[in-house]
Amino acid sequence: MTSQKVDYIVIGAGMAGLASAIRLLMFGKKVLIVEKHSIPGGLNSYYKRGKREFDVGLHALTNTVKPGEKGKPFHKILKQLRIPLENFELSPQSYSLIKFPDKTLKFTNDFNEFIESIHQQFPNDIDQFLSLVEHIKNFNEVALDNETFMAKDVVRSFIKNESLIEMIFCPLLIYGSAWENDMDFSQFVVMFKSIYFEGFARPNGGVRTIINLLTAKIESLGGEVRYKTAVTKIIEQNGAVCGVLLNNETLVECSNVLSTVGNFETKKLLNPELFVAEENIGKLSFTESIFITKEKPHTLGSDATIIFYNNRPNYLYRCPQTFIDNQSAVVCFPNNFKNDQMDEGWLRVTSMANFNLWKNLNSADKKSYLQKKEEVASENIELLKNLLPEFSGDYLFKDVFSPTTITRYTGHLGGAVYGSPDKIRSGKFPETKGLYLAGTDQGFLGIVGAMLSGISITNLYFLQNGSNE
Amino acid sequence: MAELNYDQVRTHVLNIIADIALDDDVTSIKDDLLLREQLDLDSMDFLDIVMELKKRHKIEVPQEDYPQLATMQSCVTYLTPKFNQ
Repeated sequence: MTSQKVDYIVIGAGMAGLASAIRLLMFGKKVLIVEKHSIPGGLNSYYKRGKREFDVGLHALTNTVKPGEKGKPFHKILKQLRIPLENFELSPQSYSLIKFPDKTLKFTNDFNEFIESIHQQFPNDIDQFLSLVEHIKNFNEVALDNETFMAKDVVRSFIKNESLIEMIFCPLLIYGSAWENDMDFSQFVVMFKSIYFEGFARPNGGVRTIINLLTAKIESLGGEVRYKTAVTKIIEQNGAVCGVLLNNETLVECSNVLSTVGNFETKKLLNPELFVAEENIGKLSFTESIFITKEKPHTLGSDATIIFYNNRPNYLYRCPQTFIDNQSAVVCFPNNFKNDQMDEGWLRVTSMANFNLWKNLNSADKKSYLQKKEEVASENIELLKNLLPEFSGDYLFKDVFSPTTITRYTGHLGGAVYGSPDKIRSGKFPETKGLYLAGTDQGFLGIVGAMLSGISITNLYFLQNGSNE
Repeated sequence: MAELNYDQVRTHVLNIIADIALDDDVTSIKDDLLLREQLDLDSMDFLDIVMELKKRHKIEVPQEDYPQLATMQSCVTYLTPKFNQ
């Protein structure tokens, strides 16, 4: 066994880990960044099939900033990472829809259009909605010491109409909640502001553009990400972290470790024998089908960028009893961001999925697993035909990923894209000095949230007041 | 070596701020007004100003002195003796 020594270790080269590493390197620290996968990005990554480049995770970047605005979360990140806004090459959405059986709400990157849409569809509830908005505006959702309390209780104290509540929650839940049918109020506010106040945009080039900016910054600061390098154990002595063991049998001595791999995933690295109870593992996982078509979505009948589709009176955000829930989905048409540089049509359908069913099928019988993916693709095609009147169902190419794909590439227990419902907002593991958590399970959400999490936790524990070096 | 005067120290500070507040116009900074109100800087960014002072000019600013960095004027007044040490 070989050994070495560094000041800081960052586990995971996703958005949180990369942002954290940039901060440490800017402050002249010696940092080792390890990533289990062969490429960066974590839950927001990419791959290539044939000649085509696919994004995983990112439908859209939330927290879109408009020219002249200041002080938004995205600005904070840009300044902290010293990356100019224009380098993200953001292309704003056209509009998005929340499509329920009886009503459809529309929102854009101008919040007034959402108010107008609610006014039209729910004229009796608009004043209640506006008072909720005031409450949200005045709430500090990123304070690291916020208590956890559930958002629907708070929202019901303002809005009485359950149908409106269901519609408002739909995009916020499926774009970020680790809880079934509800979410922590701070996270609700993070999501509400980032999606409804600020809105969606897509970097030209997709998620690669963001990842490349972050990795280029790391290189320019003299840092390096070690890929295909997994931490197999976090070593602790007398209640303090003292190093990690890597899968290549290297022991790295270090008294400051930032993990971005999840709450229980990190605890398992401390104690690989640890049993994680079912209720602590996030239950929300997804399949995604991506279809490449000759025609672009606007020719097939829709100009919308993202459609939050639900075919029931209530929105059931939960682990389905079946392989996927075919009565609801998020549909994204990346061509329908304002600046479409793609040659072909891209249709993405994300469905809630049951991790255990997929896992059991995958380990029992590979052929049935592949066949099940075909069935999901067919169901998603039928759903797309409802939303795209001119779509015949023909496509040039398709790819489907399942909850087991997510676990395989990201290491998240249960294929839980939004992590465990047990968030650690403080980012501290009180039992283990020197070990901290950032990313999904620290509780800020989305790409912008993940980067902000990596930055905030790093500033707070490693860069302010000196650190416990 | 000649001692740095107000304008010279100000230029050093301004260069640092310009690199941190990338999307802000730093030419119009008013010396007697709070920097964080003119430039959309928050406490996280003051950490960076302190870091850059150390990196570029070997100047240490202990945390209890952070309030001294509130305006350009107070920055220069506080930092001038340190630049000239």
